[in-house]
Amino acid sequence: MSEYVVELKHVTKRFPGVIAMRDMHIQIRPGEIHGLVGENGAGKSTLIKVLTGVHVPEEGEIYVEGKKVSFSNPVQAREAGIACVYQELNIVPMLPVVDNVFMGRKITNKYGLLDYPRMHREAKEALATLGHPDADTKRECGKLGMGMQQMVEIAKAVSINAKLLIMDEPTSSLGEQEIKQLMKTVRDLKERGIAILFVSHKLEELFELCDRVTVMRDGEHIITEDMANMTNDKLIQAMVGRTLENQFPKEFGVKGECMLKCEHLTSIGVLKDVSFEAYGGEILAFAGLVGAGRTETMRALFGADKLDGGDIYIRGQKVNNRNPSQSIRNGIAFLTEDRKGQGLVLSQSVKTNMILANMKKFMKGPLLKGKQIEENAQGMVDTLRIKTPSTEEVTMQLSGGNQQKVVIGKWINCDADIYIFDEPTRGIDVGAKVEVYNVMNQLVKEGKCLIMVSSELPEVLGMADRVIVMREGRVMAEIERGSKHFNQEDIMRAAWGGALT
Amino acid sequence: MNNKKTNVSDILMKLGPLMVLAIMFVVFTITLPGKFIRVANLMNILKQTSINCIIASGMLLALITAGIDLSVGYNAILATCLIGVLMKNGITNPVVLILSAIVVSTLCGFINGTLLTRLDLPHPFVSTLGMKFVFWGIALLITNSQTIGFTNKGIDPVLWIGKQTIFSFGFPVSFLLVILIYAIYHVFLNHSALGRQIYCVGGNPEAARMSGIRSKDVLTIVYTLSGFMCGIAGVVLAGRLNTANTASAATYDTDAIAACIIGGASFRGGKGTIWGTMLGALLISTIRNGLNLFSAGNDIQYIVIGLVIIAAVTIDVMRGKMEARARKMAMAD
Repeated sequence: MSEYVVELKHVTKRFPGVIAMRDMHIQIRPGEIHGLVGENGAGKSTLIKVLTGVHVPEEGEIYVEGKKVSFSNPVQAREAGIACVYQELNIVPMLPVVDNVFMGRKITNKYGLLDYPRMHREAKEALATLGHPDADTKRECGKLGMGMQQMVEIAKAVSINAKLLIMDEPTSSLGEQEIKQLMKTVRDLKERGIAILFVSHKLEELFELCDRVTVMRDGEHIITEDMANMTNDKLIQAMVGRTLENQFPKEFGVKGECMLKCEHLTSIGVLKDVSFEAYGGEILAFAGLVGAGRTETMRALFGADKLDGGDIYIRGQKVNNRNPSQSIRNGIAFLTEDRKGQGLVLSQSVKTNMILANMKKFMKGPLLKGKQIEENAQGMVDTLRIKTPSTEEVTMQLSGGNQQKVVIGKWINCDADIYIFDEPTRGIDVGAKVEVYNVMNQLVKEGKCLIMVSSELPEVLGMADRVIVMREGRVMAEIERGSKHFNQEDIMRAAWGGALT
Repeated sequence: MNNKKTNVSDILMKLGPLMVLAIMFVVFTITLPGKFIRVANLMNILKQTSINCIIASGMLLALITAGIDLSVGYNAILATCLIGVLMKNGITNPVVLILSAIVVSTLCGFINGTLLTRLDLPHPFVSTLGMKFVFWGIALLITNSQTIGFTNKGIDPVLWIGKQTIFSFGFPVSFLLVILIYAIYHVFLNHSALGRQIYCVGGNPEAARMSGIRSKDVLTIVYTLSGFMCGIAGVVLAGRLNTANTASAATYDTDAIAACIIGGASFRGGKGTIWGTMLGALLISTIRNGLNLFSAGNDIQYIVIGLVIIAAVTIDVMRGKMEARARKMAMAD
């Protein structure tokens, strides 16, 4: 019997164009709570997916209790005793608790039919061991609170005799009371000898709960340490500790008037009293962890989601952005983070996508001015250096970077004053990134107001004139370029809830 | 390399219905010597295609937005019945009759669109399926469930559209109307802002919304237009059938869906062309016509048409798979 319940050695996972995980190793002992932390995109999700058989790594070995295994699908991982409670729960809300606990597994009676009395009994027992002896297994899961739904997921894992339970951001959608119950449950599981891999963005939880912690960065293993030997600062250092390369062609505009002012933006459960100002001729960056409410802030002020309170002023004028169409008329352009889902109509041509947000500009009566559209598209292809065989090409066929430039072209056609770029360089290659930065420079020099949401700290430090750090729907800090806090460590500290002094 | 390959198969897919139509023609010409290839018979096919072409043009819009309009058949029949009922009540002015039919059907379409977009019903399948029965019921109600004959009732100008033929070889006026409508549709879908918006809302409703396109308004217009086409189809039907009869709507909705899908539209939305739809409609009529000439009864016709619909959806699925592969390759580059 091995010392470790699960061990990973030299595991590398590649995706087209990117290495998501490089030479990764991790050892998890039986009955330990093992923390896993890292920045956005550090490779935590990839690690989870390799452990659960969702991704098959190209190189490396996985050992379960000393035996070498290889998973080509999630069922094999589950049979080997690795279970995962994902952030997005795999619950069928219409089905009762018992069917969710037994999803993918069944107990049959002698007639080959489901033995519901026994299934109810076992589901009830499983939930009782998790601290919920009075759970009603006949209840529809959708009617339960988030904490209880999570317990159903854990019960599912426990009932297949999991040796390792992976929990991905388990507390992110829970209330305080539910978090306490969850922590108690996790400790009970540990007592029963089940190892827990606990992925969290909340350092205080890790310190409270974990025996050891592993830090990942850029898809690589950085350190594994006993929690007792760690401090907040050491953890953050390990997470960000890379040097800034000069890949950001930052140019400065002239700071102009206040273009956009948001006061007390509130959206129940999402945004808590978000206030900020953005000026012409500057890049205002929004930093923070995934789920900190940055995208939600942008969507709300763009009218894509409803606000529960707060005021928006554009050039001092109070506006009511009820929907995207109105916001665009008010001079806001919004490059969404989900390029394929919200930015492009993939089945349509480059030139159609270019005019999507401002067809009025290209209309004569009810008809479109074909020649002008073609000229405009050709001009955009040239200035933004979009690599496409023609303006008629459907955008589905373009690479990520070129697709992103098409979306940028679409918004430039809007002649907006305020440009919101949400993760503008996500998933595009380095060369295209620099070209996107150049477009941003150009816009700022024209006196436009540019807001950039970015989860990549080097990008924030490289391009921003000012940074707003958000955490859990709140503005945590505002840092000017040139201030002593304008560095990775301090931004991370604010993003993780620490105070800047 | 890959690009070239997908382009070739793309063209084959687009030519698919045309090739099938050509093969049908060859087969029927050989197996039905002297019967199939006759001017009178070909004109007959056009006449039989008209109604489906008109209804399918509205259906096409719904399909492009990834929706469906199941109420078209009974909406058209309701228009025909309305003409009959107004006529029975002494109104014989053709303009009034035609306008009332079109206005009522357009209104029916508007209701379809409003139900979908303002009540947030999950899918137009629900709203239009419901309205199909409502229209059916209203048609039965206003006609007292009786068939109304149009012959020699003094409304011949209304019937003229569906009945008359022109030129020495008997070209049906109704198909001339189809060509006119389709030409307008071609311009509308390809060269108007609204037309492009319809494709974009169908291709990616969220991207359209985030680009400031009012998706709900676009959808409402689509179903209203579909209703408008049903009104025109209802007028043509009056001349073609010479009666207003609620029982005659049986296959109009499925015929229209089949025509669009055969012609390149997709249940996933975002695509489909008006000329492809015409090909699809012609294909269906040609099969019906050929089988008729073989003296095949309704039984055989239903079986064949049923298989053709399944074949058409199979083509749609294959097309989707090929696109998914193309997308995957594009991503891997």
